[in-house]
Amino acid sequence: MIIVIALVLLVLGTVLFHIFSPWTFTPLASNWVAIDSTINVTIWITGIVFILVNLFMAYAIYRFRYRKDRRAEYEPENKKLEVWLTGITAVGIVALLTPGLIAWADFVEAPEEADTFEVVGKQWHWMYRFPGEDGELGQTHPRFVSKDNPFGMDPDDPAGQDDILVFSNILHLPVDQSFKVLMRSMDVLHNFAVPEFRAKMDMVPGMVTHMWFEPTRTGNFEVVCMQLCGMGHHAMRGRVVVQEQEAFDQWLAGQPTFAETQAADHRGDPERGEQLYATCAGCHGNEGEGNADMNAPKVSGLDHEYLVRQLRYYKEGIRGDHEDDTYGQQMAGMMGVLDDQEAIVDVVAYMNTLPDSSAPTTIEGDPERGKSYYESCKHCHGAQAEGNYFTKAPRLAGQHDWYLVRQIENFREGVRGSHDSDQYGPQMKLFAQRVQSERAVRDLVAYINSLEPDTDSE
Amino acid sequence: MTHVAIADQEEETHHHPTSFVAKYVWSQDHKVIAVQYSIIAIFVGVVALILSGFMRLQLGFPDTFSCINPNTYLQFMTMHGMIMVIYLLTALLLGGFGNYLIPLMVGTRDMVFPYLNMLSVWFYFVSVLVLLASFFVSGGPTGAGWTLYPPQTILPGTPGNEWGIILMIASLAIFIVAFTMGGLNYVTTILQARTHGMTLMRMPLTLWGIFIASMMGLLAFPALLVSAIMMALDLLAGTSFFMPTLVSLGDSVDHEGGSPLLFQHLFWFFGHPEVYIVALPAFGMVSDVLATHARKNIFGYRMMVWALVIIGALSFAVWAHHMFVSGMNLIFGFFFATTTLIIAVPTAIKVYNWVLTLWQGNIKLTPPMLFAIGFVFTFTHGGLSGLFLGNVIVDVPLADTYFVVAHFHMVMGVSTVMVLFAAIYHWYPLVTGRMLHEGMARLHFWMTFLGAYAVFLPMHYLGFLGVPRRYFAMGDTAFMPESAHTLNASISIFALVLMLIQTVFIFNLIWSLKRGPKAGHNPWGATSLEWQTPQVPPGHGNWGDKLPVVHRWAYDFSVPNAKEDCIPQNVPKGADETHHDGSGEHSEGKTV
Amino acid sequence: MNIFQKLTEKPWEPSSDAMAAAVATGPTSQIDARKLMLNIFLAIVSVLFLLIFATFITHSQYPGFESLAGEPWKPFADTTNLWLNTLWLTLSSVAMHTGLVKARRGISGHALIAMVLAIFFAVQFVLAQLWLWRDLSGMGYTLPSNPANSYFYLMTGVHALHLIGGLVVVLRSTFLLWRGGALERIQNSLKLCATYWHYLLGLWLVLFFLLTRSPETYRAIAIACGLG
Repeated sequence: MIIVIALVLLVLGTVLFHIFSPWTFTPLASNWVAIDSTINVTIWITGIVFILVNLFMAYAIYRFRYRKDRRAEYEPENKKLEVWLTGITAVGIVALLTPGLIAWADFVEAPEEADTFEVVGKQWHWMYRFPGEDGELGQTHPRFVSKDNPFGMDPDDPAGQDDILVFSNILHLPVDQSFKVLMRSMDVLHNFAVPEFRAKMDMVPGMVTHMWFEPTRTGNFEVVCMQLCGMGHHAMRGRVVVQEQEAFDQWLAGQPTFAETQAADHRGDPERGEQLYATCAGCHGNEGEGNADMNAPKVSGLDHEYLVRQLRYYKEGIRGDHEDDTYGQQMAGMMGVLDDQEAIVDVVAYMNTLPDSSAPTTIEGDPERGKSYYESCKHCHGAQAEGNYFTKAPRLAGQHDWYLVRQIENFREGVRGSHDSDQYGPQMKLFAQRVQSERAVRDLVAYINSLEPDTDSE
Repeated sequence: MTHVAIADQEEETHHHPTSFVAKYVWSQDHKVIAVQYSIIAIFVGVVALILSGFMRLQLGFPDTFSCINPNTYLQFMTMHGMIMVIYLLTALLLGGFGNYLIPLMVGTRDMVFPYLNMLSVWFYFVSVLVLLASFFVSGGPTGAGWTLYPPQTILPGTPGNEWGIILMIASLAIFIVAFTMGGLNYVTTILQARTHGMTLMRMPLTLWGIFIASMMGLLAFPALLVSAIMMALDLLAGTSFFMPTLVSLGDSVDHEGGSPLLFQHLFWFFGHPEVYIVALPAFGMVSDVLATHARKNIFGYRMMVWALVIIGALSFAVWAHHMFVSGMNLIFGFFFATTTLIIAVPTAIKVYNWVLTLWQGNIKLTPPMLFAIGFVFTFTHGGLSGLFLGNVIVDVPLADTYFVVAHFHMVMGVSTVMVLFAAIYHWYPLVTGRMLHEGMARLHFWMTFLGAYAVFLPMHYLGFLGVPRRYFAMGDTAFMPESAHTLNASISIFALVLMLIQTVFIFNLIWSLKRGPKAGHNPWGATSLEWQTPQVPPGHGNWGDKLPVVHRWAYDFSVPNAKEDCIPQNVPKGADETHHDGSGEHSEGKTV
Repeated sequence: MNIFQKLTEKPWEPSSDAMAAAVATGPTSQIDARKLMLNIFLAIVSVLFLLIFATFITHSQYPGFESLAGEPWKPFADTTNLWLNTLWLTLSSVAMHTGLVKARRGISGHALIAMVLAIFFAVQFVLAQLWLWRDLSGMGYTLPSNPANSYFYLMTGVHALHLIGGLVVVLRSTFLLWRGGALERIQNSLKLCATYWHYLLGLWLVLFFLLTRSPETYRAIAIACGLG
């Protein structure tokens, strides 16, 4: 008889769990009320069926439990009952399907007044593109993808010149404006999903998929990738900032057009950079080789985009803001030297001209053990730790090992990469949490020390 | 039709094997082959179970165990899924139970093609070896997810993209060959070797389930084979069936013009019927267990058969409900949502009829019956959560979240495994001649039933929240409250307990071989033919000198005025039983 | 009794003629079982090829798909080679049928000759197909160079594999014929071989048709099948 009590309790428990569960749908932040209401209808109908069927079964087991002196009924079938049950089920199904399909008809076709933007997914981050003044997105093709053209824009397509490119996984959108989202993938399947928006869609290489929604409240929403895309799938995150129209316009105006990114001055002026670098040389060395005594890492041999991003972070208080980040704070304090974005780009242009040399080894560890940890790092940072512009991962080989140790620890403890506006920091945080012990960090760095990439290729 | 009984004809050539090797290794006896299938399947299933244990450790307690990293997590996940769906469930239900029960239930001496049957099990064995070998090659097994979606399956950035995936494809191809050889046997045997008097509608539902599932398997596996061949060509010969032009981790890849969606269509054309290939035999077996232990005929037998046939046919027209947010033309959503929800009707009818079988029964709560009840409960839950995912618009927020994981584990994992356990407790006495230890069986049931529900019920709610599946770690996710991480940890603890308790079951299987109480002839009082063999367990050739003749359907339990409360199928109609006319009018009003 | 009647039978009701039911059912001969198995197997192979066709037609509508026929400079604008290969397979099929007829009449000697001819023509066909592959690769239409080519090699390759697999069985039957086993058994075995062979011939004709169409025809087929 325990089974009868168990069944009743399980049904009751399930209902109570459902009612009191703190884990349920996130508050809706888009126009898709229809999705939520269809879910509610579904929960009611399925819930009632679940309760009825199982309580009936429990009752049947209780009432017709085995007794030696009794015999079961002989009843091969009961046409009337079966027809009724089929009919009621069919009605239930129609009740589920009707609101579902009506909402789907809405989902299929974006409204006329919807604006357009594009999401680009690649292993393992997001980029976004808005049509420029012409209101039209330019042609793209994977064969155009290069370090200077990560979006794969067709350089000869006039429609693409004024496209606004967002080199960040943080997207801003204005509230109460519907958007048709065009979705493209560079490499494998991805899925752009914001739980609060309800809408999601896969991105498939070789084709452009789409969906539409309208953000209905301002706020910060996390973007997650919902289609397995390889080793870094769980770290492929982003953020959508829904804000008022003016704030959005201001943000959009700050993003470069494709034509601007192709212009020569986008890469900076090394001669002006050389003058600016004079201040930096005190700590980072004349050749950017770094200095252990000053706690200054090597800045030569690093990727342009990476350096620009880090300097901007220091400037904007995204890095070096954490109270435990003593050296980061020092660096942030020095940023007064670089007035604006242009100065940052120039000084980086100069740093890129500096000769690359490997820093001396100071850390002892077991590279064999470190290799197993590095398995998770190699896809982004490269098998030889040479860095990869495509995955936004800086070169690690040749960097001061004490610096690497400190940064891994900083990421792990949330000292670095925790700021809301840090694009790839959270990703590194997820991976740095893999190396918990001090010994593990030393082993890992010892392995990175042992790597010797071809210095010419970045 | 020529009526030279196969079995009688075979008698001359089918000599009794004597040596150990001929008897237990290169055996052509369906019963030995069934046991071989079962042992391999259970072994590889335990491997998959342990893999899921590692995954739960990482999910519940992130970054505590250094043996699990993002690569191995994906590899474990892939192998867990693939093994469970194909190498355990398909093989155990059809290769194991199908092989054992078909010839006995239809009343013949063996499968129609015993040699092919032997080849089948050995091909299966090789496919398992090849699959397990991928743990030992450089790069390890593939980590592409059991769906093996290109392009990532064969690109760097996914673990096992070199050797792992090749071995996976090879193993699947070998498995398909094995399954085809077995499936041809099951279908032909059921169609051609039924003994005298065994009309189609006199077959127990177990046979119907196995028959429809085998038929579906034969027609669905080619889709997997085609996609496997094409993917192998993409990988090894550089063709572009599924591979478009793309940039992989900064490197241009030399492919052009392929379509990843094509693979998904092919895969799910196989993958969805596969769900029912696993479910239908389970439906059939649980029907027989319920009827036998409730001492009552299965309610609505004809409806049950038609439902099986309809589900089988419809399941070939619903595949793209796995692809609602895959980027395929959104218009297809209307069609596939409709067909998917239509399939809910025959499925619901089956549930009603199981429950109505209990009504007015005389229910013995034996271990198989407990598991059967557990099945109805969990299947109801899993089936109903399927209505969320089948309804295209509701699928949009839930696709690729833990809701999906919870749904298919509830419906394919928990409920199907419940039937497997019910079936093992039910038929173990027939196979070995001994009962399983009842105390251990009950402990096993309670821990499994409650444990599984505690694992998978909360998981639905993580899905509501929007927690994505196939994530190695959640880290700080804005929409996940701290309590969700605690929930994850508790799920992991329940899962580990659930896993540990299975050792009791394995121990019981081995312990009872020697020490279980002797079962004797037909211990449950069942009516179907497999319990009516002259020897228990059935000897070589099953039936002694003469094949049985069937006189009635498989559910003559508690026939009014009959002396016993069950009349086996091979008992001639006696004068003492009043023939029940069974029409609806007679029993109307008594039910519900 | 048709299948519908069979499936609506109420099995719990006392059958009016229980003896009739017992006689009407019951195991059939191994020969019938083999025949049934072959038919199911052919259904499986048909599904396999139908799926390949479906993906082929779908693929033909993607940009960059360059069909092998339709323009004068395309390799299959001239189908002489393909017709020649068709001839080999047809001859093989005819020879096998002749072998079957002779075996049924009990003329084992003639049957044996016909079967050997059938095998010879079948091998010719496979070799000619290989020759075709070599020709095409030589002209630059290699396996990976375009999806259309990939499908050509895939389909003809899978077809040839089925033929080679069948050859093993045919060789076995021919061996039995040569050794002079029980005639009835050989006849049945030949019957199954012949069925399989005719099926493969038919399949080849479908492949032939499908591979030599112009882009416009593919477009039409795609639209007709709802794949466009």
